[in-house]
Amino acid sequence: MVSALFPLQAIGATVRRKDKTLIGPVDLALGAEGITIVVGPNGAGKTSLLKMLHGIVRLSDGQVTWACTTPEAQARQAFVFQTPVMLRRSVLENLTYPLRLAGMPKAQAIAQAKDWATRIGMAEATSRSALVLSGGERQKLALARALIRAPDVLFLDEPCASLDGRAMREIEALLVQANQEGTRIIMSTHDMGQARRLATEVVFILQGRIHEFGPAKEFFASPDTAETSAFLKGDIVD
Amino acid sequence: MSELTQGLIQAFWLVVTLDPDLIEITLRSLQVTVCALAIACLIALPFGAYLAVQRFRFRRTVIAVINALMGLPPVVVGLIVYVFLSRAGPFGVMGLLFTPTAMIIAQVIIIVPLITSIAHQSLRDLWAEYHDLLISMNTSRRQRISTLLWDGRRALLTASLAGFGRGIGEVGAIMIVGGNIDHATRVLTTAIALETGKGNFALALALGFILIALAITVNLLIHWLSRTETGGRW
Repeated sequence: MVSALFPLQAIGATVRRKDKTLIGPVDLALGAEGITIVVGPNGAGKTSLLKMLHGIVRLSDGQVTWACTTPEAQARQAFVFQTPVMLRRSVLENLTYPLRLAGMPKAQAIAQAKDWATRIGMAEATSRSALVLSGGERQKLALARALIRAPDVLFLDEPCASLDGRAMREIEALLVQANQEGTRIIMSTHDMGQARRLATEVVFILQGRIHEFGPAKEFFASPDTAETSAFLKGDIVD
Repeated sequence: MSELTQGLIQAFWLVVTLDPDLIEITLRSLQVTVCALAIACLIALPFGAYLAVQRFRFRRTVIAVINALMGLPPVVVGLIVYVFLSRAGPFGVMGLLFTPTAMIIAQVIIIVPLITSIAHQSLRDLWAEYHDLLISMNTSRRQRISTLLWDGRRALLTASLAGFGRGIGEVGAIMIVGGNIDHATRVLTTAIALETGKGNFALALALGFILIALAITVNLLIHWLSRTETGGRW
């Protein structure tokens, strides 16, 4: 099923705003398997790259293509934002929302949402307003809401930023499980430990361009460039 | 001061004795305004949401015009509706002039821009919050609008109540198109204008107090029924 979507290819893809290049030109080809982690310093263009691949920012130049049609590809993706956007509804209604959008009958959607609420440890909080949840709970809810439709591709923009170790572990467990169940994951992070734990391949982005891209083991063991080595050592790279 | 006191006492007695005329014009006031409000909400709320989510040419101009129309002079609206509904006008054959229907039409024209503008302001902020999420969820325009209308319902309630307040207190337009006919088109505001003209200030004040009480009661009732300002943050 996933193979029909991939490869995801970006060819000369560029996003500019008011004469400033946010990202690009990017040339990238992603296959159907694994977890791709996008790393790089603040402002390097990690978020812009994810949004560009997901198709929620307009390209100024180049193209991003999937193996299937763009509308079909868009329907099979989900995105989790760094600051989770909570609908002004209850936890349960946040979970049923994407299912109802897809036309699922209400009773079935509620049953599935309750199942997911249990999976993320929020079974007791289904009637609470999503706006009163803690940061970790919000991020878990946003992740569950993205995964509930079993997307073929899941984009995540620093989903664990500002979360404590326990919340981070829970989210990583959900991601690993989703990946094992067939969801392709493309995610940015500034946490090198998390990148080492999750990545099968790494994209290192610097000044809006892809500086290095390859299998995670090689990336961490023998980086190609001095900038990558410096970044991995924790030196300031910009 | 004595007129104020007399007005209060008279208002009290009119309510306590369930004065038939008072009941009739109060119910007519409510009937006209609630009908106008319902129709206006059906037009204004989706339109406000549409303006929030959709980018199109001259959108800013449309918003500016809607905002300007909030200050539409009711007397002018009444006059225009009168011209359209009068026997010589394009809709004269429908015989609507000097009926509650004509009053409803005038009120709808007056309150639609107000509700649209307030709805747009609040839904625009909500759309800024939801934009990336709803785009990433591949929602249709219709789904975006319905999501904003549902999730912004508390703010839209305020917009609707503002419309109700404007409608129930309106006098100029409905005086012109309704004619203030006893037992037909007389409502609280036109009755107040009539009694003031006759120099019957105490009765006019009494009706005024009842009008204010009615507006407050409806607002409280709606807030209570919709449970705003209770529970978690929404």
